[in-house]
Parts: sequence; C-alpha cells; structure tokens
Amino acid sequence: MATLWVILIYLAALLAFAMGSKRLFRGTSSDYFVASRSIGPFMLLMSVFGTTMTAFALVGSTGETFETGIGTYGLMASSSGLIHAACFFVIGIRLWAIGKRHGYVTQIQFFRERFKSDGLGYLLFPILVMLVVPYLLIGVIGGAKTILGVTSAAGPKPGMFPEAFAATNGGIPPWISGAVICLVVLCYIFAGGSRATAWANTFQTIVFMAMGVLAIVLISNKLGGFGAAIEAAKASHLVRTPTAEAGIKPLTFLTYMFIPLSVGMFPHLFQHWLTARSARAFKLTVIAHPLCIMIVWVPCVLIGAWATGIPALEGTPPGAVLGKMLGILVKDPIVVGLVTAGVLAAIMSSLDSQFLCLGTMFTNDVVLHKAKRTYTDRNILLMARGFVVFIVVLTYVLSLVLFKKNIFDLAVWSFSGFAALTPLVLAALYWKRANKAGAYLSVIGATVTWFVFFAMSGFGHEITVLNGVMPVAICWVVGAVGMVVGSLVSTAPDEETVAKFFPRL
Amino acid sequence: MKSPNRIFVIVFFLLAILHQDFWNWDNASLVFGFMPVGLAYHVGYTLVAVAFWSLVMKLAWPNKLEEWADGGDD
Repeated sequence: MATLWVILIYLAALLAFAMGSKRLFRGTSSDYFVASRSIGPFMLLMSVFGTTMTAFALVGSTGETFETGIGTYGLMASSSGLIHAACFFVIGIRLWAIGKRHGYVTQIQFFRERFKSDGLGYLLFPILVMLVVPYLLIGVIGGAKTILGVTSAAGPKPGMFPEAFAATNGGIPPWISGAVICLVVLCYIFAGGSRATAWANTFQTIVFMAMGVLAIVLISNKLGGFGAAIEAAKASHLVRTPTAEAGIKPLTFLTYMFIPLSVGMFPHLFQHWLTARSARAFKLTVIAHPLCIMIVWVPCVLIGAWATGIPALEGTPPGAVLGKMLGILVKDPIVVGLVTAGVLAAIMSSLDSQFLCLGTMFTNDVVLHKAKRTYTDRNILLMARGFVVFIVVLTYVLSLVLFKKNIFDLAVWSFSGFAALTPLVLAALYWKRANKAGAYLSVIGATVTWFVFFAMSGFGHEITVLNGVMPVAICWVVGAVGMVVGSLVSTAPDEETVAKFFPRL
Repeated sequence: MKSPNRIFVIVFFLLAILHQDFWNWDNASLVFGFMPVGLAYHVGYTLVAVAFWSLVMKLAWPNKLEEWADGGDD
C-alpha cells in the first residue's frame, strides 16, 4: 500500500503545483493558450523534452530492448540527438521568426497563410488529430501498464488488492489508473492552461529524469552491479544481428532515421516555436536536448537488456517489463512508488501539452476562423476546454479497447505520420515555389500512403516493406514528390506571399 | 551559403552516415565491462552530436533572421 500512497501523494503535489501557477494565470484566452510568450530557455527545454519523451521513452524503450536488443538506442535515441536538434534549428528558429513577425500562434494558421488556403487548414486539422490520438494513447496505456505491473502479483510478490481485483492478479486495473491519469492532467490544464502546463512539465521532467537514474542504480544493485547484470543478459540482445530472438535489419536501422523528423510537425512543438519569447531561448534546447535524451534512454535500454537475463520475466509483454522489474527486484514499496511516479511524470508531461494544443487549434482554427459572430473570452475558453474533454474521453475509451497494443509500435506509427508531413513545412519555409497545389498533394499523398501501410500492419503492429524499409521512408518520399510535382505544375505563389515569408537576409 | 554553414551541412551528413556503424553490428564485446559496444558507440555519438550543435549555435546563429523577426527591414 505504501507504493500507492507515494503515487497518490505525487499526484496531489502535482495538482498543488499547478494550482500555484494558476495565480499567475491572467484569466484571458490568450494567456491560456500561449502563456503570454513568457517561457524562458530552461522551461522551454524542459517543456519540449518532457513533451517529446513519453511512455514511449521509458516504458517503450525498455520493452523494445527486451524484444530486439540494444540496437533500440541507435534506432531512436542517438538518431534523435542529431535530427531533433536539426529540426529545432532548421525549422523551429525560422518558424519563430515568422510567427513573431506576423503574430501566428498555431500550425494551421501558419500553413493557411503561407499557402493562401482555408481548405488546407480544414484538411490538416482532422489529420493532425488522427495522428495525435495514438501519441496520447501510448501515454495512458503506458501509465496503466506500469501501475498494473507494480501492483499485480509477480513471482513470490503478492498483488496489492488480491480480493478486489482478482482478474488482474491483485493489480489496479487499467480502467481506474487510466481514469486517474486523465483526470489529473485535465485538472491542471484547466487550472491555468499553457502556463500551468509549462510549470507542470518542468517539474515532471526533473522528476522523471531523477527517478530514471534512481531506478537504474537500484535495479543494478539487486542484480549484482552493472557488469553482472549485463553478463546475465541474453547474448542475442547485446548486438544488432537479426535472429529469431532479437536484432534489427540494416535497412530498418537506416530508414528509422526518418522517424525523428516527426518533431518538425508535432502541433504542440510548432506552437512553442511560433510563440516563444525569443529565438535565443532555443539555443539551450538545441544543445541540451540530445543530452537529456541520453540521460533517459541509456538507463532504460540497459534495464531492458538486463531483463532478458531474468527467468521470471520470460514471456512478459514488453510494456510490462519496467513495472515487473521494479516489482520483483526493488522490493521497497516507497522506492517503487517513487519510480512509478517518475514514469507517470514522463507520461503526463506529454499528455498535457498535446491536449492543450488540440484545444487551441480547435478553437482558433476551426470555430473562430471566419466566425460570423463575436465570442467572449469566457466562451472561447469554454469551447477549448470542451474540446479537450472530448479528446480526453476519446483517448480514455480507446486506451481500454487497445490496452494490449505494443506502445512502442503505436508510437512509431504516430511519429511516422508526422514525419511524412515534414516535406510540407520544409517546402513552406525554404522553397519559394511551393504553393497550394503542392501542399494539398503532399498532405494527401503522405496521409493516404501512411494509412495504407497502417492498415496493412493490422492497425498498429510493426511492419517493414522491401526487406526492411520502414513505411515512414516511403510516406516521406511520396509527400516530397507530391509537393514538388504539385507546385511545379501549377502557378507560383504571388510576390506578396514570397516577400512575407522569405526575408531577404 | 556561407562557408561555415556549408561545412556544417557536410558534417551533418557525415554524422548521419556515421550513425550506421555497420562495423559494430555483430560485436558483443563490452566497454568498461558493462556496456555493449553497440550501445557505447551510440552514447559517444550522442556526445559528438551535442558538440556539433554547440558549434552550430556559436558559429552559425541566424542573427539577421532574428533582427528581421524583431521588426527590422527585409
């Protein structure tokens, strides 16, 4: 029970923290959406990193290493160190400049203006929502799986509630933990919007990074130290050679490089770029982001590799590996509670920004865009919150239906969709000839291709084509070709648009 | 493109190639007795990426773009 109390105290502390930031909330819709452009470099780093690293990073990377081996770090973490920072520098800083000069807030607003097309906004909105939902799902599913892992029976350890929840071996069932996670995030978003979210993200990112380090130290101690732990791991998981047990094909490893491009189109990051106080706030993010990724991913990958040497974990679903490792090895209930709180911190710090961003886009880009009547600030806030509640309920219900899905695979599908849309933003920022027809062809081509592969995968399983090529590579090429062909066969943008978006430097 | 920027673009693509470390594919030896070489290489790679981006920030920061955003002339 002590584990549960620690988790509950953490959640209460988080709410108190968010309520504290409410004092700074000015009560206006613009403050709710963009925190009055008041986020400095450190909070921007914590916010960007906290939002990017979700259950996928902690629970997913441990589980994926347990399945395929240490190549998991190269697949996502080290490539992200190079490519995420490149996106922040090449896309983010230019977007910031355009957002500041012309006062844009949301991704759709920017694309509508750049390509002079209202319809592009209406096309993009449902696509972005469709891609964000799996991202949200991995958070709720990952959190629920971790709580189930630490509270259910494992080996000699009894479940926490053997009588109340016999069906889940005494563990807290996903319908309860998922609901609690969603409610806590909703509460602090409602408390103070983007300002509360930024503060909560900073707090939670520090917590999950610290708890990640604590977890690896405690688990390695129980396994006899780092050296003994890795010696016991399966040899197949210490290399990348593809075998029946583990490994990664070279073509898969190569084409995974497309996936980190997704940060170039995440709606919540786009909004950060458009609304950051100063471009210099990005410097810390560009430099420190790869380091932060390393601090979180190396322990998780090592824990995943060590888990392959523990007979009691044989056959464990990948998403439950981290929770089971904690439950079996770190018996101190308070420490287990602390580390679990760290996992929840990582998850919730991703959910909040995305929920909030979807509410902002719905209000600004769908309801208020070309609205014939005038809405009060109060009405605008109500609409944004109403849409957020709708998305939260949808995510919660889907998380129960899709609970058994592999969260690493689900995340890769979400990221693949966003990555496939990056030709749109790159062309919008760097190719003067890019126009509306190219934008439509790029978005439709990339999305249809993505959906075909997604359906071929059985809606969320891992697939590769052509002997190891990740579908994202093909979707990206289709999006890029669509942009080039569509733009070249139709009229070039007018001079006014070019002058507005392409400064003569 | 200015000269330092051109060099950074070349280094960026070089780093992308070095990410493929095919020579470590089957190597199961351990670095410092606890880290598989395939993982240790990519940890080192991350540190190199940090150094690379630090240099980019220092030498290729888009000052003129910043001035334009703040309301300067085109």
